[in-house]
Amino acid sequence: MALWKKNIILLVIVTAISVLPLVTLKNAEFAGADGLAENAITEINPDYEPWFSSLYEPASGEIESLLFAVQAAVGAGIVGFILGRITAKKGE
Amino acid sequence: MITKHLFAGSLAVFLSVFLFIPEKSYAMHIMEGYLSPFWSIFWIVLSFPFVAYGFFAIKKKISENTKFFMLLAMCGAFAFVLSSLKIPSVTGSCSHPTGVGLGAVLFGPTPMAVIGFIILLFQSLLLAHGGLTTIGANVFSMAVVGPVAAYGVFKGTLKIGIKSGTAVFLAAFAGDILTYVTTSIQLALAYPDAVGGFITSLWKFMSIFALTQLPLAVSEGLLSLIVYNVLLKYSNKELSLLKAI
Repeated sequence: MALWKKNIILLVIVTAISVLPLVTLKNAEFAGADGLAENAITEINPDYEPWFSSLYEPASGEIESLLFAVQAAVGAGIVGFILGRITAKKGE
Repeated sequence: MITKHLFAGSLAVFLSVFLFIPEKSYAMHIMEGYLSPFWSIFWIVLSFPFVAYGFFAIKKKISENTKFFMLLAMCGAFAFVLSSLKIPSVTGSCSHPTGVGLGAVLFGPTPMAVIGFIILLFQSLLLAHGGLTTIGANVFSMAVVGPVAAYGVFKGTLKIGIKSGTAVFLAAFAGDILTYVTTSIQLALAYPDAVGGFITSLWKFMSIFALTQLPLAVSEGLLSLIVYNVLLKYSNKELSLLKAI
């Protein structure tokens, strides 16, 4: 099987795995771990108080999304650039 | 033969997960302030040598072959992307893949300590995700244990004759899962259950983290394989030099 065919199939599977919960679990909150992780710790140790807080917190969920998007974009840009270089036809 | 059965078996396990009643759960880095000063320093001290050694390992690797720098940068960028993606899971919550498996397969676990450290630093400073007090613990789980596990599984499966593509998938999968197993252990050590102690806490954290992470670890394995497939075709020489084939 050609390389691009193999990879497209893998990509489709990854997408399906990621979309499946959204489609099948209609009532789930899909909250991020951050807030949720605190619950388990508080269950075990109700008196625990964090002793240090983040130096900077994004002003809103929107800003947080922006920063995650920037991280993904920078990373993807680099990966794409390098893969492009590697797969370029000789003589470019 | 083995790989067919392995694949069928893991597929069965994966699908059967949907039969479980999904509960709220989570799997990510330990948040700022959620490890006592003792544990905070403990993990920082434990992980520091790996990061320091990683710097020298990277310098050495890059000096061996200029193409290695490009590949290493790509592995770092790959981890950068994957660790920024919050992906929904069967348990009804989201988590991150780690992305360090691919780099560990190509370059060994030590350079990944540095890459993981950079990612975790970035996320704790700018995204309030993870933390500075917990960076030692998070580095140890994601940038030390994860890559070591991935590298070990890769080399081990190659030895028993499994194709390199499948080996990469299994390595990235294992690295991802073991990262979160380590996080569970770290949390259970810090928060032993009042009645059941370490083991009860461990079981609690693991049964939560592992379930959420399973489909994500599969995705991470597949995504790593996608990139590896391209490298197999176009960077075969470099892969052989790195003994990653």
